[in-house]
Amino acid sequence: MTIEAQYGVPTVAMHTDKFDRVARSVAAVNGMPELRQVFVPQPVMGKSPAELRAYVDGRDPLTGRPVMQEVIEGLTTPFDGQGVGTIEYDRSTPRLVEADTEENLQRLFMESRWTDYLPIVLPTEERVAAMLAATRRKPDEVVGRMRPTHFREAWEYTVEKVAVNAVMAGARPEYFPVILALAATGVSARGSTTSSMAAMAVVNGPIRNEIEMNAGTGALAPYNHANAAIGRAYGLLSQNLQGGSVPGLTYMGSQGNNYAYNSITFPENEERSPWEPFHVQHGFRPTDSTVSVFSGCRATAYTLGIREKHWREHVRNMLRGMDPHIPPVFVLDPITARQFIDRGGFTKKDALIDWVYENARMPAGEFWDYQLVQNYLYPRATFGEEPWATKLKAAPDEMIQMFKREDIHVVVVGGETNGYWRIMGATYAKTVSVDDWR
Amino acid sequence: MGSPEKISVLNPMGFAPKVVEKPLAPRLSTLEGKTVYLVDCRFDDSDVFLKQMQAWFGEHLPGVRTVFKPISSVYLKDDPTTWEEIKARGHAAIVGVGH
Repeated sequence: MTIEAQYGVPTVAMHTDKFDRVARSVAAVNGMPELRQVFVPQPVMGKSPAELRAYVDGRDPLTGRPVMQEVIEGLTTPFDGQGVGTIEYDRSTPRLVEADTEENLQRLFMESRWTDYLPIVLPTEERVAAMLAATRRKPDEVVGRMRPTHFREAWEYTVEKVAVNAVMAGARPEYFPVILALAATGVSARGSTTSSMAAMAVVNGPIRNEIEMNAGTGALAPYNHANAAIGRAYGLLSQNLQGGSVPGLTYMGSQGNNYAYNSITFPENEERSPWEPFHVQHGFRPTDSTVSVFSGCRATAYTLGIREKHWREHVRNMLRGMDPHIPPVFVLDPITARQFIDRGGFTKKDALIDWVYENARMPAGEFWDYQLVQNYLYPRATFGEEPWATKLKAAPDEMIQMFKREDIHVVVVGGETNGYWRIMGATYAKTVSVDDWR
Repeated sequence: MGSPEKISVLNPMGFAPKVVEKPLAPRLSTLEGKTVYLVDCRFDDSDVFLKQMQAWFGEHLPGVRTVFKPISSVYLKDDPTTWEEIKARGHAAIVGVGH
């Protein structure tokens, strides 16, 4: 779209047919509803040159017309509406929904795709006002902007809009500063990628205990109201405040992801962790309350404990099982955190992160052949971006580091019923103050 | 029994930005004698597809000069260097494959 609109070069965009609705929608919201687009069958990935030549020689599966005829016409046929000029239109939504019965409103919210398909708490004026009373911020203050993908325009939202979604999720007013902080990150928990990523949110500081979050037994499971409601609110506010999360249009996750139901929302178990809290690692004081968000959550590896003889091999095996495009976050029960100290001497989180960085390796040939590495890292490497450019020079059998050190993280959570632990594939985005939103 | 009570509730959607319609580039009268860039967005074997399209041009429209051009990085980043080159040296572009 940039080359057409900003550089004045007549362009045809090629897509696979599964992306029909989303491609046309993205063109429209970027002000180019007449952008010439031609479609070929899905998938392109993994097809042989001969199979892809058949796509070129074949027909657009959506129109039934020859692909190359559409391409050539797209570059040479004038637009009917050309010369109309610049038109602005907005898509503002009313503050209130038309009054109706509770049953009808529950149906309306679900059919409008404003829910996660479970019943919500209807956001009446009284409930929203109670939520707003939990912050000193004004209802019309802008909190941030959010979008489901890089290609779409960002939508804006106010404190009141966040409160509406917090009520819908069943949150209590005392949770509201955490939910506002999540909204202020601008990081969507309903990102649209074909890879079906989910978000993760880690709460640190005094707010954890003030609102009775659970960092112990079952912290990542449905056994605590604050953990559950804050996580659900993060998802609902993301889908509604960014302008939707609709399969085939604003959500393209092929398989979907159950983690998205509450965005893996939990507090760090600071009291039982042998290390400094996550937010302190990122420049905050222990007395500050924060929430940290991660994206790209899909992969999980797990095991029990850290064995004396072969723990290094076991952890390396787990790391080798992760897709190397997304870095590892060690989510450790306090028992396991102490075992890492006992076995490896990692008296600080940074020492464990150093070890992971050095030991997460695979042969260069295998690394560069991963599809996601081909899509997202190889292009950067070929144009000189480090550390990928240097890694690209490695011989195919040379063992290269899979991740950047600064992308590896450690969080402690769990109730010490046993030493189970896991590695989440997740990309750290940012840590935001909760106190700023009280 | 009376009718169920009607409730007034707030709309949960955010505020959409205004969309400004952008004019599209004038189309060419013909591709004959022109240079068409085949721009690889470097995603899931798009290069293989575009090279097949390049072969098609060679066989069916030999008067069209095609240039296969991968973008400079990943599709998530703007690529003004490539766009400037195409504007300076080309007449049209085919970008793909989005999926």
